[in-house]
This record gives sequence, structure tokens and C-alpha cells, in this order.
Amino acid sequence: MKPAPFKYVLASSLDHALALKAEHGDEARFLAGGQSLIPAMNFRLARPSVLIDINGLTSLAGIDRPEAGQVRVGALMRYRALERDGEFLRSCPLFADALPHIAHPQIRNRGTIGGNLSHADPASELPALAVAMQAKMRIRSAAGGRTVAASDFFAGLLTTDLASDEMLVDITYPVLAPRSGACFMEVARRRGDFAIAGVAAVVTLDEERRCASVRLALCGVGETPVDAGAAALPMVGSRVTGESIDAVAAGVRELIAPSGNVHASADYQRHVAGELVRRAIRTAHQRISHAA
Amino acid sequence: MQPDQHEIELTVNGTRYRRTVESRMLLSDFLRHELGLAGTHVGCEHGVCGACTILLESDPVRSCLMLAVQANGRALATVEGLASADGELHPVQQAMHAHHGLQCGYCTPGILMTMTAYLTEHPSPSEDEVREALSGNLCRCTGYQNIVDAMMDAAARMREEAS
Repeated sequence: MKPAPFKYVLASSLDHALALKAEHGDEARFLAGGQSLIPAMNFRLARPSVLIDINGLTSLAGIDRPEAGQVRVGALMRYRALERDGEFLRSCPLFADALPHIAHPQIRNRGTIGGNLSHADPASELPALAVAMQAKMRIRSAAGGRTVAASDFFAGLLTTDLASDEMLVDITYPVLAPRSGACFMEVARRRGDFAIAGVAAVVTLDEERRCASVRLALCGVGETPVDAGAAALPMVGSRVTGESIDAVAAGVRELIAPSGNVHASADYQRHVAGELVRRAIRTAHQRISHAA
Repeated sequence: MQPDQHEIELTVNGTRYRRTVESRMLLSDFLRHELGLAGTHVGCEHGVCGACTILLESDPVRSCLMLAVQANGRALATVEGLASADGELHPVQQAMHAHHGLQCGYCTPGILMTMTAYLTEHPSPSEDEVREALSGNLCRCTGYQNIVDAMMDAAARMREEAS
């Protein structure tokens, strides 16, 4: 229950951190909040030979608005800082619903958004939010940088598109559009546990209050966050009704292929996911301001 | 591989310490074994049980999920620092005593650290909010009810002290 030996380096700048990662590759890991990496090291499931501590890189720990309608969140932003940022939560209300589901306050005081997304746990809430919101992930290495869509970032179970010399440095989210409502819901066995299923939904209406688009992504029911937008397409172009919502929920039940686990059978996960889709779309729809 | 040693300097409960630590030493083990502050308990060592909760500056964190070397330059608080210098217990400790909020006592230091920070930030919580705040600390003895009662009382005591 103690980590295997490693060399610890406190990175003095982003360039320093990236140079170390380029030098040591897969043998090195970035240490951000450490709330997933340190447990894995305590169990010796992870045995990096070099640990690059990026907690001093304050340039990665901010929020800004690069353009109107966008919010850019630095990878080192801690969950707790996001939870306390009222303006951010109003701009991206899925986070207001989702953050309290992430573990416990003690964990949220340390854990970071970039660490969460790079860890790519399929039961985690934030990867599903990134997919639902069509976030853009900015990636850096010593050699340069690139930007990847959230849907292309999550490659598999605990696996991302990041190469061994790369770091996720910030994430750009669209601000909730006019005539839109958002909702995240999940079911877990106990508060703070990994989700049996979770659903992020964003519903946008047109000026005649017909459904213009539905973004839908699920966590906990596959090896990556699952984009279920296709199941919501029949809803687009008409009024949102109880029947049309039920049809989307039925479509999602067919679309997903949960594997089941010790906490829930695959059938139960499928059932929970469908019911959450129904409730999340209904709530997102109800939240659309009538004034808008 | 040669042990990877680092010199660190930090403050715990207002006292300054300087030590040399191996990079893989967890902060929880550092507090207990190097500083002799064994009030911080070690339960699961993967962030689930909450027994090792301490305050990093004023925020409750799991000391088993931090490396001692990461605490360099930081100010920590542990359960040993809760009572005042003359030995008078903190209102949260008094309330735990009065309401029989512990049996074996293993989870208690983590609960005290979590809840002193919580009640400082939320002086008038509802019972549901107290249960939510306690959700990251496991207790296998009490069934939690006496802890919840103690925290509602502690909140009242702290409000009275502040007024």
C-alpha cells in the first residue's frame, strides 16, 4: 500500500514539464491533483519512474473567455474552484449538476479537471460533459500543440488520444446557447461512488419553441463516454412532448452496450440509463427560460 | 535505485518543521512516523475512508493522497491542533463527546477535521447538509446518527462562540 520508488521533479514551467515528459515518455507521469494517480501508485497499479509535479504551474489554473460564447478552463483548475465560481456555473450549468457527484469534498479540494479528463475513467462525469458540450481540448508537447474535439479525445478505457510526450493544457466549452436548457443526472450506489449510469443533456429550441438540437452523452455505460446524440435526432424539428422523450430514451437503451459490473447488471444499467435520459431531457427542457 | 530524497519545510499546527523525505513517502505517513503526530489515522490508503483527512491551508484533503514532498512550503492542520493551548476542547470535539459521536474512535480525527472546516464555512447547516458533508468519512461503529447530532450541536456552539 505504498508507492514504488520514483524520482520526483517539481516542474518550474510548462516548458520544463513538457521537456521532462519528452525525455522520459511513458515512464513519466504528470502529477496534478493526484486523486486517481496516487491511489493507483499506492496499489502499485501505476509505477512511474518519474513523477512530474505540475501543481506549481499557475498559468494552467485559470478560467478565461477567449471569444464571446466560449469559456476556457485551465487543466489545473480544481473541482472545488469550479464549484465556487458562480459565473462559470451559470455559463456552463451542466457543471453545477455534475460537480457535486464527483467523490467527496476532500477529493474535490485536490482533484483537477485536466487530471480527470486525462485519466479518462468511463464512469466519470466530466468526460461525458465534454462530449455532450462538444468541448475542444488543447494539447501541448515540447514539439508544438494541437486541438482535439472531445469526441476524438477519449480513445478507450482509461485511454486518451494523448501521446507519451503530450499534456492536456486547457479545455474550451461553449457557453449555454440562448433558448437552451441543460441537465446532468446520475445514479450511484452511494453518494460519491462511481456512476452506474449518468446522463448529460442539452436541449435547444428554435424561435417557434420546436426542438432545434439535443446533445446527449452518457457515462458509466461503455469504455468511453457515449455520445447518444443520434438517438435524439427524431426529436429535432418538432415540439418536445412526453412521447418524443420516451422514444429517445428507448433509442438510447438500444444504442448503449453496458458490460455490467459488481454493482449493477448490464440490464439494470440499460434500464437506469433510459430512465435518466427521460428525466434529464425533461428537466433540461423545463429549465429553458420562457423569457428567452 | 538510490532513494530520491528531498528536503522540505512546512508548518503543522503552527509549528515549523524541516525534514528530509523520500519522494514516495505519503503525507499521512510523514505526519505519523516523522513528526510523531499519530492523531491522523490511516485507513484505506486510497482516498475512500477519510480517516487521514487533514487541512491543507484551510481545505480538508486526504493526506494519503498527497506526497510529503508536495507539502513543502505549505501550512497544515491536524487533529492535534484542534484543542486550545490550555487543553480546552474545540466545540466540535466537545459536541462529539457530549453526544457519544464515537465508539472505537478510528474515524474520529478525519471527521473532526472535515467538519471543523465545513462548519466554519457553513455555520447553520441543515441535518441533510451535515450528512452530505460527512459523506466522505466512513464510520463503522456509530451508524452516524450520533455524529450528525453532535455536528448540529457543534454548529450551535460555534455560532454562540462567534456571536
